Amino acid sequence: MDKSTLLEWYRQMVLIRRFEQKSAELYQLGKIGGFLHLYIGQEAIAVGSIAARQAGDHVITAYRDHGHALAVGSETKYVMAEMLGKSTGVSQGKGGSMHLADVSRNFWGGHAVVGAHLSLAAGLGLSEQYKGTDNAVLCYFGDGATNIGYFHESLNLSGVWDLPVLWICENNQYGMGTAVDRASAVSAIMQKATAYGMDGKQVDGMNVFKVYEAVGEALQAIRDGKGPQFLEMITYRYEGHSMGDPLRYRTKDEVEKWREDDAIGILERHILENKVAGKDALDAIDKAVEQELETAVQFAEESPLPAAAELFTDIYVDL
Amino acid sequence: MARITMRQAITDALREEMLRDENVFIMGEEVGVWGGTYAVTRGFYDEFGPRRVRDTPISEMVIGGAAVGAAMNGLRPVAEFMTINFAFVAFDAIVNHAAKLRYMFGGQMKIPLVFRAPGGGGRQLGATHSHTPDVIFAHFPGLKVVSPATPYDAKGLMKTAIRSDDPVLFIEHATLYQIRGEVPTEEYTVPIGVSDVKREGSDVTIVAYAQGLQVALEAAAELAQEGIEAEVVDLRTLRPLDMGPVVASFKKTFKAVVVEEGHRSYGIGAEVAARLQEEAFDYLDAPIKRVAQLEVPLPYSRELEQSALINKDRVIAAVKEIL
Ligand SMILES: Cc1ncc(C[n+]2csc(CCOP(=O)(O)OP(=O)(O)O)c2C)c(N)n1
Ligand SMILES: [Mg+2]
Repeated sequence: MDKSTLLEWYRQMVLIRRFEQKSAELYQLGKIGGFLHLYIGQEAIAVGSIAARQAGDHVITAYRDHGHALAVGSETKYVMAEMLGKSTGVSQGKGGSMHLADVSRNFWGGHAVVGAHLSLAAGLGLSEQYKGTDNAVLCYFGDGATNIGYFHESLNLSGVWDLPVLWICENNQYGMGTAVDRASAVSAIMQKATAYGMDGKQVDGMNVFKVYEAVGEALQAIRDGKGPQFLEMITYRYEGHSMGDPLRYRTKDEVEKWREDDAIGILERHILENKVAGKDALDAIDKAVEQELETAVQFAEESPLPAAAELFTDIYVDL
Repeated sequence: MARITMRQAITDALREEMLRDENVFIMGEEVGVWGGTYAVTRGFYDEFGPRRVRDTPISEMVIGGAAVGAAMNGLRPVAEFMTINFAFVAFDAIVNHAAKLRYMFGGQMKIPLVFRAPGGGGRQLGATHSHTPDVIFAHFPGLKVVSPATPYDAKGLMKTAIRSDDPVLFIEHATLYQIRGEVPTEEYTVPIGVSDVKREGSDVTIVAYAQGLQVALEAAAELAQEGIEAEVVDLRTLRPLDMGPVVASFKKTFKAVVVEEGHRSYGIGAEVAARLQEEAFDYLDAPIKRVAQLEVPLPYSRELEQSALINKDRVIAAVKEIL
């Protein structure tokens, strides 16, 4: 992995984490409304996997979507503007935190009905197969989502039709307050893929290198005609499910234990220990990220709210 | 002109659109090898092959959702629910996704798909298989809901639905597949969102659609023998609802009866009556009557089932009450 790639991964992961922390602040100030789900702890998954995609590959995820939006390259200021419900937001202020999308970058959202977007991913895969391209779909979802019917129908269909979909379960150990083994009859989620003809694989989701490698291999397998693939990323969300989570279902010790293997920490150590770059280079990136965020928040705050007439636009293409 | 069944009209529309546009394809349970549960896609699998005529597992959620996903990336799926009763299983895909994504993502995507769903009661299929829930789907902005009553309209509306860049739920009343009507042999379309006067008259306005239209026309024919001339307006599309011809007729007759096969409460009749009093209050000469399904789950036993459904006698009685 060359130096510029590693520094870019580092930049993206720091940007995502700081974006999330900033969002939490803005939420406390009442500037962001609705539900806000932070991605802190899981950054290596979005960054490492999206780095492995080819230009035509699609990305679709659930409501914990800020990291994916930033990793596909959506401009920070437009993402932040969406959080604030501004007309300059990626979804023109109509989607909010849970419904970021940037179709120009093949990023199809941000979906807040658990599991539903797996069916959309199957359709995206079908569309590429139908057109005869070698593009694939990276579809992300939580451990909790593997218990809903959509998951099973979508995986099965992908198996029956050989759809070019890479199913990526971000197993962060909980669906809201319910631990995996309290909701899923098998606690190794990857086993569920077996029923649909896929050899699921578990990956250390805190390690961006392992994520990148596993996703690269899985995408290659899809392009080699081996059908849909399934990866279970083992990870952890450091913050609550959403803002205002009472966190009664886990201990502080548990959180601390996971933090020792922090995704950014792992990459940072790799960079420093292998002398890819020095501390000063990383500090410079941190500073540039701070600057970018500050500009983004200012842009978002100064952006206009959607005009009243926007209420009625885009319900239909033709009416 | 050719005199063909409504089934044939829909078949012809689907086939012509598939020949016209490579991006149009069909997916659903038993649409391919079987030829369609109601034989609408018979022969398609042999003609177009498994790529464009796709048999799915019994998976309504992903039939609905995958159609949306394929549509947003440029295809034009015609996804079939074996009957509208099973579309309930896909309710989320239809109303939360097909109908909402374009708006929620600020216009970044189009969802050009058609959901086909045969529906309706009267075939002794019992409570779970006899719904006419059209109005439920018509409740949601973002979806277009069409339900034709004649072969001519069925063919023209299906073509428009497939070409529409918006998601369309196309409801086919299963008892209408066999009715026959004149259909041009040359190319034509019927616009979505345009109601149509199917019979002229000056004494009372009967508003109906789908199977209700056939009932209304029967009633109007019998009323004519008694010298009562009913004007019958076919809504054809439930959303967007075109009240123009309804209001125009009402301003002539001052009286209206709304006929629908779905339940009366919160129904099409309620909507049309509300709009008539809003848009033509000064023309109101009598209560607006609603003829609809009684408020019961449909039973199996033939006579019992028929007693809960609309029929021409109930329409005639409603007309006579306000004349
Ligand atoms: C169909 C549906 N049921 C319930 C919810 C409420 N809900 C939102 S997130 C969530 C937990 C999902 O957990 P998981 O899939 O593990 O994702 P994570 O939040 O951990 O990223 C629940 C129950 C929902 N949004 N949709
Ligand atoms: Mg989870």
